[in-house]
Amino acid sequence: MVACVIKNGESTSIVNIPTVDYQDFYKAVIELLKDKPHCHCINYFAYRNSYDLKFIICIANDDSGEIQLLSHTIIYSAQIELMSLSKEIFALHFFEREISENFGIIFTNHPWPKPIRYAFDRADKEKNIYNYPFFKIEGEAIHEVGVGPIHAGVIEPGHFRFQCNGEYVHHLEIQLGWQHRGIEQLFIKKNKLIQRNILAESIAGDTVVGHTLAFVFNMESLYEIKESKKLSLVRTLALELERIAVHVGDLSALCTDIAYQLGYNVFGALRTPVINHFQLWCGNRFAKGLIRTGYSGYEFTEELSIKFQKMLEEFEIKYIEMAEEMFSLPSVMSRFEKTGETTLEQMQLIGAVGMAARNAGLKRDSRTTHPFAYFKNEKFETETLPSGDVYARAKLRDLEIKSSLKIVKNIIKELNTKKEEIINQRIDLEDKKMLPNTISVSITEGWRGEICHCAITNSESELIHYKIKDPSVHNWLALALALRENEISDFPVNNKSYDLSYCGHDL
Amino acid sequence: MDFRIINTAKIIKRQGRQYIPNIELPVLPTNFKNGRIEITELPCKEGCNACEENCPTSAIAINPSLSLDMGKCVFCNECARVCSEDKFIFTNDYKTATNERSRLIIKEGIKQPITLNPELIRKEIHQYFGGSLKLRQVSAGGDNSCEWEVNAAENVNFDMGRYGINFVASPRHADGLVLTGPISSSMAAPLESCYHAINHPKLLILVGVDAINGGIFQDSKAVNRTFLEKYPVDLYVPGNPPHPLTFILGILELIRKQK
Repeated sequence: MVACVIKNGESTSIVNIPTVDYQDFYKAVIELLKDKPHCHCINYFAYRNSYDLKFIICIANDDSGEIQLLSHTIIYSAQIELMSLSKEIFALHFFEREISENFGIIFTNHPWPKPIRYAFDRADKEKNIYNYPFFKIEGEAIHEVGVGPIHAGVIEPGHFRFQCNGEYVHHLEIQLGWQHRGIEQLFIKKNKLIQRNILAESIAGDTVVGHTLAFVFNMESLYEIKESKKLSLVRTLALELERIAVHVGDLSALCTDIAYQLGYNVFGALRTPVINHFQLWCGNRFAKGLIRTGYSGYEFTEELSIKFQKMLEEFEIKYIEMAEEMFSLPSVMSRFEKTGETTLEQMQLIGAVGMAARNAGLKRDSRTTHPFAYFKNEKFETETLPSGDVYARAKLRDLEIKSSLKIVKNIIKELNTKKEEIINQRIDLEDKKMLPNTISVSITEGWRGEICHCAITNSESELIHYKIKDPSVHNWLALALALRENEISDFPVNNKSYDLSYCGHDL
Repeated sequence: MDFRIINTAKIIKRQGRQYIPNIELPVLPTNFKNGRIEITELPCKEGCNACEENCPTSAIAINPSLSLDMGKCVFCNECARVCSEDKFIFTNDYKTATNERSRLIIKEGIKQPITLNPELIRKEIHQYFGGSLKLRQVSAGGDNSCEWEVNAAENVNFDMGRYGINFVASPRHADGLVLTGPISSSMAAPLESCYHAINHPKLLILVGVDAINGGIFQDSKAVNRTFLEKYPVDLYVPGNPPHPLTFILGILELIRKQK
């Protein structure tokens, strides 16, 4: 069977997606994913379509840059049993759990059939977040440590349950869902474009640009708007600045966790000018208000261009000096190296994306494999490291900050040749209609990794389903694996080395 | 090992002075979008309701007279974009925290700064917390932008610790609770038990539009805001997210002002 093929940011009529019965779907998915490290599932979800429940899977082929779509439909009723794909393709475990929780579908032979977020409209309201079925092990030196949902610091809530063997973590189970705000459902309920735009900015307030870009790419595809060259430049500029700001903030936080005060203070102070320049540009330190459908919330003026260049020059000098010092300190390296190791095989198995994949040698970066905006026309070499430990995750940030600085400088140079073009003219789309009966899929590479949004419209051109996938969905399990046979006291530095999103996962 | 010390000294020297000596003095860029909003007295275009119509969180009301609720506002600037008469001005005045909810509702022609109402501050607050305040933060559906900004209040630039204000890990050590997020239903119970674990007298501080009003999540079925119906709020810090200076100055006014 031939799946429907589109590229990143494109849309296609729903009827173009081959719909087959579950047996064929099962076989086709295994064929597309099994033993194919260059292919991975970017989204797999179900939605109600009158009496039917329609399942759609989106599989990205990193070699060809294509996205393959496949679907199957069942007449909906809860307690329907389907053979689980997760036994064969483990990376699908999250998606099957999500579908099972939302619609009551039972995936037989699922290795880990537990709820993921206790959505308010879940199928089984008897199950609630306070009686989550944790794994248990027994033994003389075995003890449990429960942390959260409220943590010690100023941080989002989540629950961590450590099964410890003495001081060592045998297994860490991460129970999320505390942040669930019903955001996907609100995308349907709120029908103004600006409301949906604000929602996209609130999916994860630390990845405003990454998520909002994925949203506007979908909208622009459904409203048939073409992104101008200048618009694609300023958007990429924002995306890479966001990466620099968060990475340097995370390096600061990593230093806190190993009690390296100089690094904590200097990296913390270095984040400030970057986000302050967002504020200079769009009035908000997190770039809320900047990314809009069809236009840019704020112009990137010549005056800004000069200020940005000056800031980046100073940033680079101060940053490189501090980073060189930190990565050459034996006391830092002894805490980073061989702490929280993960392997390439593990990351492939769980379908890790972004930094969690790249720090263990798995080259997965949608900027190169499924390019969008600026990256469509520019060659870009992604950074990977082999060791998969806290050191690799810290060092990868260092490498990515440097490569993003290069991109940002190139973009500013290119923008200087496009001073005349105006991109901040508001476009009113309230009277325009989206393409009817269409699915649109977009991928962006936020600082955590691959973000994928899918939007589906009905025959009246109304949005009927909006599916968000934050990279954390795959990567939380990487943290759990990294912790195995590590000292429990190394949890904070491991957790910070991934810095995954709670609200992006819980939605 | 001497070169290490030289390197460290070099870095410290290049960093120079990072803290803001007087946190009331910084001037934020005129483009700042999380500060006080003014509505000018210029006449509206006849029959126009574009601002009310386009506001994503229903923060703007036209009847009986034009007003904007900064406790509901997500500072998206959409009203200013759709208004043909330049009625809305987003100022760079970041002193917007208050203890009286109605003070966040801006009416036409109002240009006064936003302050706290001294009548509403309990007298023990200054007495107990005037020189030292320990806070426990709870994120209940917060999107991590308010959390980052609250964290930033403790960094080398804003250095809130110099006023004796710090975050602590245990509610048992805390004098007040700082809430971010619209209160997801799942967090309603943990939030309440954390609040009860704090000794009296205690403060409740709402940071960001999501905490004050639910923001874009105000009508989500996955949020449960009954907690706020039960307990008194001592400070509202508006913004999406609020600037760290808004947060720090608001708290200072609260603990320093005497009835």
